[in-house]
Amino acid sequence: MSFSNAVAVAGVGETDYSRDSGRTELALSLQAIGAALDDAGIAAAEVDGLMKWFVDTSSEAEVAVNLGIPDLAWFGEINQAGNVGAPLVAHAAAAIHAGLANTIVIYRGVNGRSGRRYGRGDVTGQGGRGAGAFTEPFGLLTPQHGLAMSARRRMFETGVTSRQFGQQAVIQRKHANRNPRATFHDRPLTLEDHQESRLIVDPFHLFDCCLESDGGGALVLTRPELARERRLDRPLALIRAAAQSGPGQSSPVRRTAARLFAMGGVERSDIDVVQIYDHFGPFVLFALEDYGFVEDAGHFVEDGGTMWDSGKLPVNTSGGHLSEVYLQGMNHLIEGVRQARGESTSQVPNAQLSFVDTGIGTGAVILERSEA
Amino acid sequence: MSGWTFERPPALPLPQPSEESAPFWEALKERRLVVQRCAACGAISHPPRAKCGSCGAMEFVWQESEGRGEVHSYVITHQAVHPALRGYTPFATVEVALDEGVHITSNLIDTPPEQVAIGQRVQVEFLDVGEGVVLPVFRRRRGK
Repeated sequence: MSFSNAVAVAGVGETDYSRDSGRTELALSLQAIGAALDDAGIAAAEVDGLMKWFVDTSSEAEVAVNLGIPDLAWFGEINQAGNVGAPLVAHAAAAIHAGLANTIVIYRGVNGRSGRRYGRGDVTGQGGRGAGAFTEPFGLLTPQHGLAMSARRRMFETGVTSRQFGQQAVIQRKHANRNPRATFHDRPLTLEDHQESRLIVDPFHLFDCCLESDGGGALVLTRPELARERRLDRPLALIRAAAQSGPGQSSPVRRTAARLFAMGGVERSDIDVVQIYDHFGPFVLFALEDYGFVEDAGHFVEDGGTMWDSGKLPVNTSGGHLSEVYLQGMNHLIEGVRQARGESTSQVPNAQLSFVDTGIGTGAVILERSEA
Repeated sequence: MSGWTFERPPALPLPQPSEESAPFWEALKERRLVVQRCAACGAISHPPRAKCGSCGAMEFVWQESEGRGEVHSYVITHQAVHPALRGYTPFATVEVALDEGVHITSNLIDTPPEQVAIGQRVQVEFLDVGEGVVLPVFRRRRGK
């Protein structure tokens, strides 16, 4: 089974990113969708599918009414936390491939800093219910607690160090410093800054943790013929492969990787540029190993292997969640598309295959450049 | 290290037992740590589940654990990222690998956060936190 490049990401768009948007989440969503449709050269009335992040507040119905969509043939969500970006792309691409819809917009808009903050446990806490009965009474209260637990064990098993985590944070900040949209565009970061930054939940230092952000983003998926017609003189990003791994699976990265690379018919070494979901920076290193890109990510990063210009495998070239914006994978997808089209602010020369993970194995896509 | 005592932040959530997990919490009131054992294949599970992950059977018995194991991993909360931890940082949470082969999240009641280490052998203790709730906690164990 393959998408055979039968679906294109025809347009991407985002709002400005901030700590306090001063707008509703619906307004952010609509602004991002407008930008993505403009980028694609597609009118709102041509959209017949909408998909959103489950955790977002702006329903498909509200968005359809506001966009003036006359015939909504496809909509839906994936009931998971924030890590659903690539799975949404997979669902939308499958729907288009199967003829259930022609043009699907995947969108989100969140006041993740001025509104409900993920890092505070008040969004994600379970009040001691469900699986939380076995963790929350002992002080594991937020997503980062569980992730810090597995990071600590990984450090013990592989010898990867906090300094190596810091190297990746520094590299991503360099990418953000080249990206005018990035929250930390104007603020450099040194390895010493990272190491001296306060511990939040040991082993995570402040600069291992993602931003909390207000903003929105959107993707327009459609058939390559339509996308081509509207983007005559510009390269397109086609969906070469998409895969996901369900909640609660062990080793989700390895499972997703096996399906993804088999579907794409490509090797790890064929990938030119990588985006990886960095809720916490150390997981970028873990995922690089588990996806099979490198054997020892700690030393790979230490040697600058993930730098956009000089690295062997550039990673998180917009700055990622650590330094661009925390849109839970949406910004990684947007950047992955831009790399495939040759439009990144840290463009990898001649990038043909652009890889995007949106949840440390919950889902990933391979995007392919198609010349104008 | 003398003088250090574990203080449980009172605002931490208390466990809300489900139908599957109720016997686990009930046994703790009798100062017994139990784990779920598949009646068909003998596989041990924790936290409790509805269907055995090894053989698919749905009948279980509750087996008393020796309560021995080792620290598999740990985190130390330095910034009160949740209001319940305000005033109680640094606060250590451990993941204990029980000798029966399952992992359990807990706290060490005799070990200050800076001395928590992976591989430390530990033994279960029972912490009465009131309201009829007893939590499984651990202390260091000499030898095996």
